[in-house]
Amino acid sequence: MAGSGTAHLRPLDEVLLRVEDLVVEFPAKGGRVVHAVSGISFDIAKGETLGLVGESGCGKSTTGRAILQLPPPTSGSVVLHGEDLTKADASVVRSRRTDMQMIFQDPISSLNPRRYIGDVVAEPLGVWGPKDRDEQWRIVAQTLERVGIDPDLARFKRPHEFSGGQCQRISIARALVLDPELIICDEPVSALDVSIQAQILNLLEDLKRDSQLTLVFIAHDLAVVKNISDRVAVMYLGKMCEISESDELYARPAHPYTSLLLGSVPEPDPSIDVSSIEVVEGELPSPLAPPSGCRFRTRCPRVTDVCATDEPLMRRVGDDHFVACHHPLITPVEVGQATR
Amino acid sequence: MNTRIGTRETDDPLLEVEDLHTTFTLGHGSVRAVDGVSLTLHRGKTLGVVGESGSGKTVLSRTIMGLNTASNVTISGSVRYAGEELVGRPSKHLRSLFGPEMAMVFQDPMTSLNPVVKVGRQLTEHVRYHLGLGKSEAEKIAIALLTSVRIPEPEARLDAYPHQMSGGMRQRVCIAMALACGPRLLFADEPTTALDVTVQHQILNLLAEQQRDRAMGMVLVTHDLGVVAGRTDEIVVMYAGRVVERAPTTTLFAEMRHPYTEGLLRSIPKTSEAKHTRLNAIHGRPPDLLSPPPGCKFAPRCPYAQERCRNEEPPLTDPETPGHSFRCFYPIGTPENRAAYESNLAAGLPQTLAAAGQLLATEEVA
Repeated sequence: MAGSGTAHLRPLDEVLLRVEDLVVEFPAKGGRVVHAVSGISFDIAKGETLGLVGESGCGKSTTGRAILQLPPPTSGSVVLHGEDLTKADASVVRSRRTDMQMIFQDPISSLNPRRYIGDVVAEPLGVWGPKDRDEQWRIVAQTLERVGIDPDLARFKRPHEFSGGQCQRISIARALVLDPELIICDEPVSALDVSIQAQILNLLEDLKRDSQLTLVFIAHDLAVVKNISDRVAVMYLGKMCEISESDELYARPAHPYTSLLLGSVPEPDPSIDVSSIEVVEGELPSPLAPPSGCRFRTRCPRVTDVCATDEPLMRRVGDDHFVACHHPLITPVEVGQATR
Repeated sequence: MNTRIGTRETDDPLLEVEDLHTTFTLGHGSVRAVDGVSLTLHRGKTLGVVGESGSGKTVLSRTIMGLNTASNVTISGSVRYAGEELVGRPSKHLRSLFGPEMAMVFQDPMTSLNPVVKVGRQLTEHVRYHLGLGKSEAEKIAIALLTSVRIPEPEARLDAYPHQMSGGMRQRVCIAMALACGPRLLFADEPTTALDVTVQHQILNLLAEQQRDRAMGMVLVTHDLGVVAGRTDEIVVMYAGRVVERAPTTTLFAEMRHPYTEGLLRSIPKTSEAKHTRLNAIHGRPPDLLSPPPGCKFAPRCPYAQERCRNEEPPLTDPETPGHSFRCFYPIGTPENRAAYESNLAAGLPQTLAAAGQLLATEEVA
């Protein structure tokens, strides 16, 4: 992409969530504008996990939050179950939040340190669930059990009495307690040790299988994203570069940026000669004044003149594999026809 | 320039650590954060220290540097830098070593620079102190250093404050600072953990390049086996303050013997595996160092643990292949290990089921 286009979207009745032409801008000093997300589109089918990857500042977290209307996007649409949340009344959006929950990066600071675990997990029920305390506790206990926390031990404990991995399990329980359809996971394992990270990833897989959850999994670690995702979208500076079924993306990256990102992943294999791997040179340009045309052109090894003038559109390069690049590493199929 | 200790260019090790213990005395007990660690590093070589949070890897590097100076810290054992004993030396003496002899790059580039001092002054402060240079000469060195760590427009950057730079840039400044007086030993404590993968790759390449050019010894501390795989000569794996396995890098990956090393490697997701590959998580979590288990510290999480492991701590073995030692009664790849695994699996031990991928994530006692 660093491009736009909607060629990769599936029919609306096949998907749970469709995000189209999402733009999120923030005001900056001197009347300038931070272009955090600039026209990205994607969709997620029910029970699917979509991985969103990219470097810090590429807009992946902002995208996740914009789905929840936190804050509402500057323009574009977020359609959940055929209903456009960006145009819906505030009260409707509020009630839809029960279908969409979020898990944050830092498990310890995302739990209130002064409250009991039982109350933290029950809080969403206090707003939307049964008002009867015993009924609430029954649901909370069930949910804690689903994430591997002993409810009776945890009920009157505070977050500091738990490890990072346990706190993340509690955060997951809090997100699950309203039985949502969609969970946005914003870097849920990046603060955890590798052995605990594996436990949490396995837990998310189990939960997803058992209750048909749909996940948006935001992370910067490409290996983690591949492990958990059905499809992966690569973002760069507020734009989408490539979206694909995940095995295909990692086997045959089509965007030069994806390919460079994959090369940067440190693999636990000493036979790989790390000095021979191509590196992404330079720094991420400022989102205050993003480059014209393709946003990746300032760092792209395949850049030509057209990249500065025309923004690339999403094109199909394989079954369920789309790329927004003028010079992709895989030749696009049916050039110009892969639009809907 | 100051006279250097041990200037003879010999094969003597640059750094020798023997039976180092660091103990923190707390109100309700004491924590042996580093518990009998020995290691050796030669000039121009890189040693990887791998372990999870709480394994003692950071305390180890800080102890070697003499930075654990609080009153509740007890240090015993020996740290010899170029033949000279450092344990017990006054911090004033150690200070004369920081910079020209040894230096450290810390994990978090956001907090390891002073936010209210311009980068130029932070870079030249110790250059002027140690090398006795004037302001303008020190500035020339600073510019050369910033150029060598590939910071664009180095002259302009001298007048910048840290917040005006990105994380990757700040880590480059920290590396430039560490390299400023030409140290012979560099500690890099999780130098890339706070950075993006692309920047991580750049920074690690930069460190490797500087190390080669300057023939520095480097200790690379990290939790990521992927980071050390291609970039170290030898690896030390730590768990609960102890070295559990030590080997040359290629040997370690080819024939790892300790169950913890194996568990660490198997729990990392890899891009070469198909999506939704079940990860072999290590069961449970690291022990509480205030009351560690009596036998092998890893036994409560180990899929192969037997009765003996729970009562008796295995010693670090003498190397069978050169330089490869480990601390385990039932090392990977032996018939005893296989038998232990089979009997534990039959007994339904949760950690063995977890390693076999037969445990639901909810049954994990995190």
